[in-house]
Amino acid sequence: MKREPVLRVVGKLLIPYMLMFALYVQFHGDYGPGGGFQAGVITAAAIIFYALIFGLPAARRLVPDAVVETMVALGAFLYMAVGFAGLLLGGNFLDYFVLDRDPVAGQHRGIFWVEIGVLITVSGVMLKIFYMFAGRGREG
Amino acid sequence: MSAFASHYTYWITVLLMAAGLYIVIARGNLVKKLIGLSIFQTSVYLLYIAPGKLIGGTAPILSAAFKVYSNPLPHVLILTAIVVGIATLALGLAIVVRIREAYGSIEEDEIVAADAGRGERE
Amino acid sequence: MMAATVFAIIVQRNLFSVVVLAGVYSFLMATVLVALDAVDVAMTEASVGAGISTVLLLGALYLCGGEEAKPMQRAWLPLAVTLVIAGALVYGTLGLPAFSDPLAPIHTHVVPRYLGQALAETGVPNVVTAVLASYRGYDTLGETVVVFTAGIGVIALLRRARRASKGAE
Repeated sequence: MKREPVLRVVGKLLIPYMLMFALYVQFHGDYGPGGGFQAGVITAAAIIFYALIFGLPAARRLVPDAVVETMVALGAFLYMAVGFAGLLLGGNFLDYFVLDRDPVAGQHRGIFWVEIGVLITVSGVMLKIFYMFAGRGREG
Repeated sequence: MSAFASHYTYWITVLLMAAGLYIVIARGNLVKKLIGLSIFQTSVYLLYIAPGKLIGGTAPILSAAFKVYSNPLPHVLILTAIVVGIATLALGLAIVVRIREAYGSIEEDEIVAADAGRGERE
Repeated sequence: MMAATVFAIIVQRNLFSVVVLAGVYSFLMATVLVALDAVDVAMTEASVGAGISTVLLLGALYLCGGEEAKPMQRAWLPLAVTLVIAGALVYGTLGLPAFSDPLAPIHTHVVPRYLGQALAETGVPNVVTAVLASYRGYDTLGETVVVFTAGIGVIALLRRARRASKGAE
């Protein structure tokens, strides 16, 4: 498919916009619909789109297996780290009020990092599942 | 309001649920069963979200211009449910791929017959 | 329209068209969800159901083959069971509150507090994000772990030793 000029050009035009849209959805999840899950899925979809047009090996060079596997674990770990930070700073587990001097700013910080954790895990898992299915190869 | 107009959303939910259930129990192809399961799950989303809607309300994003909001709590629960649903689908499909490689088919009757044949030979 | 799509999914035997119809069904469900004011859920359903789901199903079909065999002999038995269950469910829904009833229990317990206090306590206007990440953040932690587990599960199921594919079963 990478020999098709239309697909290549349109892909190269669209994929940056898709990634930008994913970041927009992620960070505007506070003020409009959106948040970590939607953004994670859109990010994974953008890279899957790249893999469909330019081939799985090209996508594997762009986002290697080791990076994806790290992402899968890193997001959940980040979420728990925010929870433990609440514990270490004197509050309950996953307490956001203690994360900053001003409780509302603490909430903002907590929600920000938690949503980033969700984004990383969801996009990592969706991408890894796609890599596993697409890289398997038919046997018979 | 007549019983039909006020309960219409529940009945559509039941219809979709019944269709999903029928696909799961009446079709032998494993991939189609998984699709039926996901249809069943989406009908449950409808079951939860429809009662949360208030006519004349708006999406639950607080703003000075609106006074009445639809209920945000089912939205939160169903958001989690959607993500869990796709996790289930991905794992189910991985198992189906492994079954295909082990038995050579994804039709339930052929797999059961192959298992019975294997059992007799052992 | 959704009923028509689902009926087509039941009847169709070519699995590729079934997968496309499932994508159509997801988009219709997302539209219905927007009409019900569930904008976050609609965005998630559209991206997950019609996007990722379709990609995964097509990937699985590529590995498995795309036709369904003829349906089984006693097709009336599952149909009868389904109709009985549907009838029982319809009978059950008659006891549920009417559509858009402001006095229904779903609107009166915790939700007025969430809607009233969310801006003051968390500073986030999107109440769904506030509830998801702050008021019910523990549940979202559990959900993230579920996604992580699904990823690990798929890795464990589909990982195969390089160059040992044919003899590994």
